[in-house]
Amino acid sequence: MELEKYFRENKLPHIWCPGCGHGTVMSSIIRGIDKAGWDPNKVVVVSGIGCSSRAPGYMDFNTLHTVHGRAIAFATGIKLANPELKVIVLTGDGDGAAIGGNHLIHACRRNIGIKVVLFNNYIYGMTSGQYSPMTPEGSLATTSPYGNIEPPFDLCELTKSANANFVARGTVYHTRPLISYMEKAFAKDGFSYVEAISQCPTYYGRRNRLKSPVEMLEWQKKNSVDIKKAADMEPEELQGKIVTGIFADREKEEYTARYDRLISEIQGGKK
Amino acid sequence: MGRYEIRLSGAGGQGLILAGFILAEAVVRFTDQEVIQTQSYGPEARGGASKAEVIISDEEIDYPQVTKPDFLLALTQEAYNKYNRDLKEYGTMIVDERVDAAFRGGPTYVVPIQRKTQERLGTRLVVNVVSLALFNHLHEVVPVDKLQEAVLERVPRGTEDLNKKALELGQELAQELNTYKVFREEEEEDE
Amino acid sequence: MSERVSLMQGNEASVEGALDAGVRFYAGYPITPSSEVAEDFAAKLPPLGGKFIQMEDEIASMAAIVGASLAGKKAVTATSGPGFSLKQEIIGFANMIEAPCVVINVQRAGPSTGLPTSPAQGDMMQARWGTHGDHPALAVAPSSVADTYLLTFQAVNWAERFRMPVMVMLDETIGHLREKVILPSREEMIIVNRKHPQGSPQSFQPYDIEDEDLIPPLPPYGSGYRFHTTGLYHDETGFPANRPEITKRLLDRLHDKIDRYKETLYLYDSFGLRQANQLIISYGGAARSAKAAWRIAREKGLLVGLLILKTIWPFPEEIVAQAGHDKNNIVVAEMNRGQLIGEVERIMDKRIPIRGAQRADGVLITPEQILAQLEGVN
Repeated sequence: MELEKYFRENKLPHIWCPGCGHGTVMSSIIRGIDKAGWDPNKVVVVSGIGCSSRAPGYMDFNTLHTVHGRAIAFATGIKLANPELKVIVLTGDGDGAAIGGNHLIHACRRNIGIKVVLFNNYIYGMTSGQYSPMTPEGSLATTSPYGNIEPPFDLCELTKSANANFVARGTVYHTRPLISYMEKAFAKDGFSYVEAISQCPTYYGRRNRLKSPVEMLEWQKKNSVDIKKAADMEPEELQGKIVTGIFADREKEEYTARYDRLISEIQGGKK
Repeated sequence: MGRYEIRLSGAGGQGLILAGFILAEAVVRFTDQEVIQTQSYGPEARGGASKAEVIISDEEIDYPQVTKPDFLLALTQEAYNKYNRDLKEYGTMIVDERVDAAFRGGPTYVVPIQRKTQERLGTRLVVNVVSLALFNHLHEVVPVDKLQEAVLERVPRGTEDLNKKALELGQELAQELNTYKVFREEEEEDE
Repeated sequence: MSERVSLMQGNEASVEGALDAGVRFYAGYPITPSSEVAEDFAAKLPPLGGKFIQMEDEIASMAAIVGASLAGKKAVTATSGPGFSLKQEIIGFANMIEAPCVVINVQRAGPSTGLPTSPAQGDMMQARWGTHGDHPALAVAPSSVADTYLLTFQAVNWAERFRMPVMVMLDETIGHLREKVILPSREEMIIVNRKHPQGSPQSFQPYDIEDEDLIPPLPPYGSGYRFHTTGLYHDETGFPANRPEITKRLLDRLHDKIDRYKETLYLYDSFGLRQANQLIISYGGAARSAKAAWRIAREKGLLVGLLILKTIWPFPEEIVAQAGHDKNNIVVAEMNRGQLIGEVERIMDKRIPIRGAQRADGVLITPEQILAQLEGVN
């Protein structure tokens, strides 16, 4: 496959640390875009602030690196202003689940045709290792030196409840299913959410007895449970596991399509 | 006419803000005068007393607020109590007959606006338009037919007939306005 | 080609001005006393094929208009004090990436929740320095409903021309005021649109200056000109560049693109400046009282001039200096504890007495308060 054409090769190598999972997530996204067959001129990739949010710089589309937490709000303006555009948001567990959490649930609620890919590495990497709303309980981080006492968010359950059209979670270890989630998410008209479990060996692994990137990938492999299998498991058994698979797959009318319908009704004198 | 300040007051929901708006719009549409309309906002606008204010002038209106109204309409006691104090010396007042108003020196009329509206039209919904016609007659802001045009433009569809009748009633009350005029209490005692 | 006469509210006039200037996108969040702006856009945009969206918060509204602007639409948001505070980070972002957009701030008394339905002009310095970092600012303050229309129209034009956020600093007095307005016909209003690149998409560099005006062209998303944009300091390619000379070059250009044209940006009204030994300076709602004070002072035979500022940022230094240099008393009338008076003091000869006529209790300043600061009023 000729995937190089989607990259700004003169901007590579990327800034991510050796062993970081984000490159794998980015290439899964590129494969998803390739499968969708979109004209790169019509693709807008928006991000906030954080390690994941640096990805758009390497991708040869219309790319917008915004402020912390608000990428979905910028993307909402872009998509509503020109519904023809294919709008993808790249975010992380800090950018998307903490400061940007409110925008995420409202984009789901509207079912606006934005595709959000959240790189979940369980940590604030860009600021050197503080705990995030998705950091597992007990984990060590620079701001939880005695172990994290906050329970993590399950954003797949949250986005599903908030009316997202498509919700899936995959891991960097299980690359093929991750790519297939991207493909499915991008084929949807409505709001899609894909969570990609990534690894941060520098700030998460080192502190939490996962000494190498390989160990972290093995941890992903060992702890992943398919959503169908998880349905038959007790909550205690699922403690500390990564439930992967498709959480929601619906076909509700997309927001900007509905908006355009409203406009033509008004202009046609029906309202 | 120089600067003339008008304050229309009553209970929230009596439609006086709409009346002020219609009056101001009539001035814009049918005269060459300058006009400003303001009203209360926020919690003040929601319960109890409510007011709309209009300033009409031949000249540019710089300072936009009513400070010494030349004219006060008060349909309720609460509105009267709240809004009568800064009435201009010798300013004109029209109050509903149920309002206990002190004579302030200027032309003062105690008119059964609410009662007559209820008796004649079977509803008090249009007490604002009755009042507007009454005021317009007193000050000849615009001709009667123009006032009707301005009113009908802004009232809810389906209420045109009711509002026309309200304008007629306002005119009628205006014709007999002198019978509602009150005088200084000592003068009454002298009689 | 006939002028338009109507009874109009200040908030409504800002919507009319924006629509006539070509605005087709609005994102906002309800806040008193600006809500009529949102309500009016909600009613008027869809029939024009435009988009209105009520976002989940003030920050999202600001983000959405920047996004819409990059997608090619002229975009506006409106707010009041608390919301203006929340929007500041993205106002800075819009400055940095050079996204045209307009923020209408219907000022109310602050700080904090303050007095939601009472007038104030307490956000004037926030319009200048509210977001972090050094950046230029463009802001206007209308003192009548007709002005609100014209200045909002102008704000949209400036946003497009200079590629930056422009602030319309209304206040509750003017925002809620309804008055008779006479507006020029639509045919007379000249609309400015952002520049489109002349070269090919392949050779396009988003922050390369093609013309000498220091303002790069801005193609809309989807037009084939793919580029990267970031709030980090960037070079002409749009990509981050952490080098002192590039940082300086960008920051200098952001300022220079306004400084170079600032004298064409000064909008103001002046009355009786020549035959005057005293001067009143005011703006926005307070200028109505200043006008009354000036009229009364003149009627009393005092030699007073009046300068009403419409452009606030860049501060019209040359205009103020020219109007005030030969006066022996300058009164700056504003509804705050003294904000623009500091600018006047900064630029005037220290020997000229400068007095503030200030009010910050949620009530429109009165002509009497301003008169009291003039010499010779008894």
